[in-house]
Amino acid sequence: MARITASVYTSHVPAIGAAMDLGKTTEPYWQKVFGGYEFSRQWMKENTPDVVFLVFNDHATAFSLDMIPTFAIGTAAEYAVADEGWGPRPVPKVEGHPELAAHIAQSVIQQDFDLTLVNRMDVDHGLTVPLSLMCGQTEKWPVKVIPFAVNVVQYPVPSGMRCFRLGQAIRKAVESYDDDLNVQIWGTGGMSHQLQGPRAGLINKEWDNKFLDRLLADPEDLAAMPHINYVREAGSEGIELVMWLIARGAMADVAGGPKPTLKHRFYHVPASNTAVGHMILENG
Amino acid sequence: MPLDKPYKDVPGTTIFDADQSRKGYWLNQFCMSLMKAENREKFKADERAYLDQWAMSEEQKQAVLSRDMNAMIALGGNIYFLAKIGATDGKSFQQMAGSMTGMSEDEYRNMMIGGGRPASWTPPKEQK
Repeated sequence: MARITASVYTSHVPAIGAAMDLGKTTEPYWQKVFGGYEFSRQWMKENTPDVVFLVFNDHATAFSLDMIPTFAIGTAAEYAVADEGWGPRPVPKVEGHPELAAHIAQSVIQQDFDLTLVNRMDVDHGLTVPLSLMCGQTEKWPVKVIPFAVNVVQYPVPSGMRCFRLGQAIRKAVESYDDDLNVQIWGTGGMSHQLQGPRAGLINKEWDNKFLDRLLADPEDLAAMPHINYVREAGSEGIELVMWLIARGAMADVAGGPKPTLKHRFYHVPASNTAVGHMILENG
Repeated sequence: MPLDKPYKDVPGTTIFDADQSRKGYWLNQFCMSLMKAENREKFKADERAYLDQWAMSEEQKQAVLSRDMNAMIALGGNIYFLAKIGATDGKSFQQMAGSMTGMSEDEYRNMMIGGGRPASWTPPKEQK
């Protein structure tokens, strides 16, 4: 039986990828960011799963305004690294797990979540920066990846509760897969940031840290928070944090199992325009 | 019945919703075209001629030509699409975001290093 062993939460700031690609990681500005991921890379080496179910958002890369799927699951064998306008990041292509992805799609749709299935999708920094942060620079990613793209670009985005419930459905789907696979689920994006208008540059450390506390201790209550609170307190792009609730909803305690173990927590301001938050939870 | 849009009163912020998206469709699709290297070259060679191939309003074209990010946002642009213009110009996300705040690049960068803009911020003219 496949099982979800852990969840990882992290920001996916594009400048973090650029800092790695341009060899700037030892500069003091960036060292403060990457220092928070040293533990995570070691943990990832010791706990490499077979598959990462990676919840992220596309940033006007694979999806233009021609089609705006709310939830899109990648069912392809592989995904090319996108040229977002600066040229593609020099990182390996991403290998999928089409069999597990198809199984999850079928199971989750039958649990009343209407997913879009995507067989061709170039993946942008939303997906590759978390991989780089957790796996470092490498010739080949050590894991297969099921990309799961959430619309958080065009309002209205799905509610926190919808995301949380979807996570629960994904957990059931994974656990009904016969092969013995170790699966991690990652929720990415955030934390507080605003990239537009005279209010650009917004950061809210206190709110972010409370979000991390509640994500661990009482995610269902956190999931009930309305969108407007994210916009007011965490900035217009802080709404990406609803994606973390998908990963959290897939943890064992939400289905009546034991509480997860907090392996690592990190918070730093800034990376470019954004507050960097990161957490690793293991299922007990 | 009008939809509830509680985000309309957040200062200095335009939420990219379905209405904004409808207004900005061609502006954003033009931006999307800049993901191809050959289109970036064509745009740089003659910006006006390139823009005239798109069903954008004159106002939108002027906003692009003058790189007025706030105007582009008001006219339906979304930051992740507009970022393709920035990439074409060789600008980072931080430079683009900062350009909307009225601050210099250094001032904006230093504000971020100092912990960013507080959520309680209001634009100067609205301060009482």
